[in-house]
Amino acid sequence: MADGIRVEGLQAWFGPVHVLKGIDLHIVPGAVTAIIGPSGCGKSTFVRCLNRMHEVVPGARVEGHVYLGDEDLYGPAGDPVAIRRRIGMVFQKPNPFPTMSVFDNVAAGLRLNGFRRADLREAVEAALERAALWDEVKDQLEKSGASLSGGQQQRLCIARALAVEPEVLLMDEPCSALDPMATAKIEELIQELKKRLTVVIVTHNMQQAARVSDQTGFFLLGELIEFDETGRIFTNPRDRRTEDYITGRFG
Amino acid sequence: MLRHFDEELGQLKEKVLKMGGLVETMVERAVASLVDRDSRLAEEVIASDAKVDTLEVEINEECIRLLALHQPTAVDLRFLTTAMKIITDLERMADQAVNVCQRAVELNEEPQLKPYIDIPIMAQLAQKMLRDSLDAFVGRDVQLARDVIPADNKVDALKDQVFRELLTFMMEDPRTIPRATRLILVSRYLERVADHATNIAEMVVFLVEGKDIRHIPRK
Repeated sequence: MADGIRVEGLQAWFGPVHVLKGIDLHIVPGAVTAIIGPSGCGKSTFVRCLNRMHEVVPGARVEGHVYLGDEDLYGPAGDPVAIRRRIGMVFQKPNPFPTMSVFDNVAAGLRLNGFRRADLREAVEAALERAALWDEVKDQLEKSGASLSGGQQQRLCIARALAVEPEVLLMDEPCSALDPMATAKIEELIQELKKRLTVVIVTHNMQQAARVSDQTGFFLLGELIEFDETGRIFTNPRDRRTEDYITGRFG
Repeated sequence: MLRHFDEELGQLKEKVLKMGGLVETMVERAVASLVDRDSRLAEEVIASDAKVDTLEVEINEECIRLLALHQPTAVDLRFLTTAMKIITDLERMADQAVNVCQRAVELNEEPQLKPYIDIPIMAQLAQKMLRDSLDAFVGRDVQLARDVIPADNKVDALKDQVFRELLTFMMEDPRTIPRATRLILVSRYLERVADHATNIAEMVVFLVEGKDIRHIPRK
């Protein structure tokens, strides 16, 4: 079973701008955690700190600790590349490698990690199965990744992330660019994924957070205002600001 | 596409059925405690009411949680809102069964006034109405639900008959008044059980057809 993630005193800057002001939370393994909040609250930055993508931006800085199991990802022994294999990510706009086939898209991470050719086929099929895409592409593995529909492309990106068997999958607004049917398919997929992985999903769609997640964290202006079981947050939140956001009374 | 939400709805339905089963048993045993003059049975039934109350609270919370988390529409929305109303009727039916038991304990302390004939018939009719309305809920069977509603008239007629008969007893011999009034109350409680079953049936029609047929005067 996957490890959980413990965040302690996490702070982040873009140059002089203080975007995360000390975040403490515990992401439960084998469950879906949703991160919600208005634009600019720091939710995407937070998630990018979990797999050390935030620091890639020039002028960006992080302080604090992120523990995956026992390992402090920001400790001296932390290797960003290894971390990004244990913690995969899927983005808002589906981004399959445009010049590669469906097969090669999924195999890309495996090849980089030294997978033997003999095992590739099996691993690619397994990843596409787990992303609920295999049936739709099994006869077209050589087709370009970009030839698929938006929803299929996003599931292809999920398969690509799953191929290297991460413990955690980060999803930054994964359905924002998709139609309702494709969104519903991915939401059902997330329920399957959490049986073997830990999932963290950033979403500006509160109803999606309510449908899909087990825990929800509400961010506002770089702070974590409330973090609780999703059922509790959406029926009886503790903080007035959470309630105002959820009921749409904000701004 | 089978949704995760469908599993949760299924579990909720099971809980409502479980509650309905408990209530049905309580009504049956309440009348038995009267007919068989078994006050210990009556006390058992009274004690079992707590389980029904607990289920009502649990199911109610679960409905609210599902409404908040899944924002259901159309038939899913009607299912949850009718479930919330149905459990209220079920809980009231259990309370009526408790009332029957309390009168049974009192009646069992005196000699039986007369053979109990109409009251057991009322109970059987009310129990069947409950069973059918719950089956209709689970099977989304509109015809079964609609058939429950006229059965209420039979129960009302029996209630009136019981009242007239016991009135005669009381007028002829005032010493029968304590027992006769308690029996009249029992018949009222059973008539209320039948009314609640009718409510459930009407909610099932709303669930399936989206049409609210309550409060329409019946001939």
